[in-house]
Amino acid sequence: MAFLDRTVRSFFLVELLRGLSLTFSYMFKPKVTLNYPFEKGPISPRFRGEHALRRYPNGEERCIACKLCEAVCPALAITIEAEPREDGSRRTTRYDIDMTKCIYCGFCQEACPVDAIVEGPNFEFSTETREELFYNKEKLLANGDRWEALLAANLAAEAPYR
Amino acid sequence: MAEFWSGFLLPLIIIVLKILAIIVPLLVGVAYLTYAERKVMSAMQLRQGPNIVGPFGLLQPFADGLKLFAKEQVLPSGANRLLYYMAPMMTFFLALLGWAVIPFDAGLVLADINVGILYLFAISSLGVYGIIVSGWASNSRYAFLGGLRSAAQMVSYEVSIGFVIISVLLCVGSLNLSDIVMAQKTIWFVIPMLPMFVIFFISGLAETNRAPFDLPEGESELVAGFMVEYSSAPFALFFLGEYANMILVSAMTTILFLGGWLPPFDIAPFTWIPGPVWFALKIAFCLFVFIWVRATMPRFRYDQLMRLGWKVFLPFSLGWVVLTAGVLVAFGWLPK
Repeated sequence: MAFLDRTVRSFFLVELLRGLSLTFSYMFKPKVTLNYPFEKGPISPRFRGEHALRRYPNGEERCIACKLCEAVCPALAITIEAEPREDGSRRTTRYDIDMTKCIYCGFCQEACPVDAIVEGPNFEFSTETREELFYNKEKLLANGDRWEALLAANLAAEAPYR
Repeated sequence: MAEFWSGFLLPLIIIVLKILAIIVPLLVGVAYLTYAERKVMSAMQLRQGPNIVGPFGLLQPFADGLKLFAKEQVLPSGANRLLYYMAPMMTFFLALLGWAVIPFDAGLVLADINVGILYLFAISSLGVYGIIVSGWASNSRYAFLGGLRSAAQMVSYEVSIGFVIISVLLCVGSLNLSDIVMAQKTIWFVIPMLPMFVIFFISGLAETNRAPFDLPEGESELVAGFMVEYSSAPFALFFLGEYANMILVSAMTTILFLGGWLPPFDIAPFTWIPGPVWFALKIAFCLFVFIWVRATMPRFRYDQLMRLGWKVFLPFSLGWVVLTAGVLVAFGWLPK
């Protein structure tokens, strides 16, 4: 009987037709892919993308050159040189991140006592030359200015969990 | 001079124009078949498919063609230069050749020969040479294995295609394609001969090296099979040839089983639509099923392919020929 059942099933292509009907029904389901450059998926506030150096609202840069980020960086991507400014406050004279070394672990922003270095939501910073990925302080501060609104919002959203 | 004009040149120009009238829509059809395949498969896989080049990506096939022709041609060392370049031309040429006898409407056919179906069968059998020759001439192991597989596969499935055609011919009593279509005036052959239709369609998949029978180009073990060494324009010709072959096999299916240019019912709203449109719609349906099957089925193993061809299709179609003949004789339905 089982033989008969099997033979009849295979002769009437039951399994093939079932498979075909399944794929046919999928044809009318909504697409799961995004139209990437025009549509983007949601990003978590914890997303670790391109780095930025933030400023206080009065324009003073947050970084106090404690070099904790430099010390914690497992990829040795961060280089900091510092000396006291004329007004006696300690500031960096050089803050470089080699983005080709960075592994986006987020340790630098965890280590930072003043929320100066953060990894922002931007992940579209590909360049055509390697040199453009050696970020200096100027570039990082510019990033901070550019993304400040989002960065502040993300930090505020994450504050309760820290 | 007038003799030369009316006796030779004018008919020549007319025949060339007729050929162009068939080939140009066919090539546009091929281009949009590749687009349709990508769109349908992406829809079934919940993707979006090409949608950047032109509105809804409609210019994508032309962008692809342009890209292919702009690529570098590579001649593998040790390749047989003549055969290497001849093979894709042969594939493409043979895929177009079959269209000479395809009737698009009553009387609308380039060459209304009396052995149309045999001609089609011969042309589609010759198609295997393009693949074997390319496999041989490339001087590459993958290509050679692809060619071997393709040869064995196409030969195996042609046998059952032959029997299917015979059982149709028994009901028609003519080898002329227009006669075959007209014999389906009362009922399309797909209804009384549904099993034969299924066998013909599946064999057609194998004949055109389409999934799930695309072993000659099985990328998981043969990289790209017989066309592994081809690039640029020769590759484009293979590509066009494969798709043109799909359209040709769909046209054969339509003529043999789906009533060619005939409307499904011989009543008013259906008869308003002209025959060639019905013909194109039926071909489009067959092509959709080709793509649909590709999006559904995993590739056959080679021994399964051979088993299906020789141990299932061949005895079954042979039995059906006997059955058809028996029924026709017993009820005196043999065509005059």
